[in-house]
Formats: sequence, C-alpha cells, structure tokens
Amino acid sequence: MLDFLFAPLRKLGHMTINAIWRLGYISRFLVALLAASGQSVRRFSLVIREVYFAGVLSLIIIVVSGLFVGMVLGLQGYNTLARFGSSDALGAMVALALLRELGPVLAALLFASRSGSAMTAEIGLMKATEQLDAMNMMAVNPLARVIAPRFWAGVISMPVLAALFNVMGIFGGYLVGVVMIGIDEGTYWSQTRNAVDLHYDIVNGLVKSLFFGIAVTLIAVFEGHEATPTAAGVSAATTRTVVTSALVILALDFILTAFMF
Amino acid sequence: MLKRSTIDLWVGIFVAIGIASIAFLSLKVANLTPQSADKTYEIYADFDNIGGLKVKAPVKSSGVLVGRVSAIALDTKRFVAHVTLTMDGQFEFSRDTSAEILTSGLLGEQYIGLTQGGDPENLKKGDTITLTSSALVLEQLIGKFMTSFAEKGASGGHTDASAAN
Repeated sequence: MLDFLFAPLRKLGHMTINAIWRLGYISRFLVALLAASGQSVRRFSLVIREVYFAGVLSLIIIVVSGLFVGMVLGLQGYNTLARFGSSDALGAMVALALLRELGPVLAALLFASRSGSAMTAEIGLMKATEQLDAMNMMAVNPLARVIAPRFWAGVISMPVLAALFNVMGIFGGYLVGVVMIGIDEGTYWSQTRNAVDLHYDIVNGLVKSLFFGIAVTLIAVFEGHEATPTAAGVSAATTRTVVTSALVILALDFILTAFMF
Repeated sequence: MLKRSTIDLWVGIFVAIGIASIAFLSLKVANLTPQSADKTYEIYADFDNIGGLKVKAPVKSSGVLVGRVSAIALDTKRFVAHVTLTMDGQFEFSRDTSAEILTSGLLGEQYIGLTQGGDPENLKKGDTITLTSSALVLEQLIGKFMTSFAEKGASGGHTDASAAN
C-alpha cells in the first residue's frame, strides 16, 4: 500500500549495503592479494614485465603532460603574480603547486586512464575467455601469477612517474618563466630552493603518489577480476575503473593533504 | 612479443629516470643544504615579541645566510620568546652581537639579522644573545602613530581654542 514510500527507501538501503559489501570485498581481495604476493618477489621478472607495460609505456604521456602543465602554470602564475609585483616568486609557486598537489594527482589520473584501464581490460578478458579458470585447473593461482605482479608493478611505477611529472613540470615552468618571459634565472632557482623543503614537500608528495599507486592498481585489478565475463561486462568494468579511480584519487588527496600539510 | 632482455633494459632506464628525478628534486629544487651536524653550533636569543617568525627562518648577517632558526619556545618564567639558532660552524660572532627580527620586503617572510659587535671574545655553543630587538608589529606601529597623531591634533585644537579666547 505504501509501496511508493518504501520503494525509494528500499533502494537507498540496497545501495548502502552494496557499497559497504564492495568495500569489504575489496579489502578481502587486497588481503588475499598480499598473501599471494610471495611469488612476485621470488619471480621478480614477472613484475618487471608488468612495470614495462604499466610504467615504461606511460612515459610519453607523463612527460608531455608534465611539460605542458608546468608551462601553463608558468604563464598563468606570471600573469597573476605580475599584478602584485612579485613575479620573482614564480619558481616557488610552480614548484610547490606541482610537488604538493598537481604532480601526484595528475600523474595518478593519467596512470589510471592509461594503465589502470588496460589492466582491467586485460584481466577482464582473461576471465571472459576462461584463462583464469584454466590456470586454476592447472593448480596455478591466478592471483599470484596474474594479479599480484600487476599490482606491484603499479605500486612501483606510480612514484617514479609522479617524480618525473614533477621534474618535467618544473622544467616547463622554467621554460616559460626564464626562457620566454625573461625572469632572472638565478632568482627563479633561488626562490624555488628557498620555498621547497625536502621532507615537507618532496617526500610528502612521493608518499601521496605511493598511496595513489596502491589505490589505482588495486581498483584496476579488482574490477578486472570481478568483471562480468562478457564483452559488455569488460567494457563496464573498464569504465568503472577509470571513474572510481578518479574519484578515489581526489578524495584520498583531500584526506592526505589534511593530514600532511 | 618483446624479448626479455629488451624489457629489462627499458625497465632499468625507467627506474633510473625515476631515481634521477628524485635526486634532481632533492638536490636542485629543495634547499638540501649540505650542512653536517658537526659543523654547526647552537646559540639562543630571547625576544619580547617574535612577530611572525617561524622555525626554519633564515639567520642572516649583512644579508648573508649564516644559520637557521631551529626551535621557538616560550620561556614561562620571564614570558619572552626563547629562540634557538643553529649557526653554520664557519661563521663566528662576538659576544656582544645584536639580533633583530627583520622582514624581507614589504610582505616578505621574517628573518633574524645579526650585527657584529666589538667584543674580542666570540659566542660559543649554548650562549645567549642579550642585545635583541623585537619584530615590528604593524598594529602596534599604527596604534602608536594614531595616539601621537591624536595627541598632536588635541594640542593643536587647544592652541586654536586659546587663540579664539
């Protein structure tokens, strides 16, 4: 009788339970993954292979994006700082913005869409074509042979890519600030070095990117492993990887920033 | 399919790029000054008011960086700010050196400026600088200016009034 009233509530309850269930499931997945990681350490060549596909092949997009983000920061920063007559602080602004926020976050977003989606699609397709089941039949644990090396490769690659993104961004800011606009080179670097602290800015940024690496790769391999084994299912799982990763990166970034700075 | 050795090579290059990036960030971008612990010494300075001075603020003499502020504490007996300065070991200052809190530029950060005195003996580890002057607090400055302005205005008014009488 009151169905029109209960139906939305029931839907809300279902969504809440589903979300909590997924959270618990992904945590159990992580524990199982860590427990099965022994083989990735013993056969490290498996991880190296995946570092090649996840990390090395992402170099181009990271280098080009980092350079352009740094150049845009240089241009916009100069326009605003020049209004307050403090365009000398451009180097400090570019470096701090990149090291603290933009480097780790943008590198993680790019990594999620470039490598995370590829991981999901690959594992999802392996599941759809019953390769994972075949491995189980041969007494090979797919979690140890397929999933764990990809996970560790992502965790290793992410800080490296973020550091490279930072360097390219700072170089881009230098190109615009010093070479194009003509701020004094010595001032640019000394302002940067005065403002940037090794522990506070650089190490915290790298710790952030490590957390993002864990989150992005975990989501990618989880969605691939849990994909509905059909063409539509793999497609949906890939989409979910990119969307969930992006949201988790931004939420995690807020939490980490609140704790760190 | 790529050969194993090719993959190994590329991953090696990748990791080397990562290490080089972190090294570049630490050495070139951050102020990782190679100040070893045995080459620094600590001295103290008490200020009535440190204004916006922060830990890690530079200590300069004639504008040259000679150390950094390593700790700021409140002396609860005398209620003054007790500032610890970590000085570069290669610079020595006489015992009657004076310290003042200065601001770089109009809105810049605050730092401690040291002015060399004339005492032949130098400050040793653990000594305290006694000649200090506090930070300029803008509100107090404006307050002083306002009171002196008001006093001047009031006395001017009196003379006017007496002239009218």
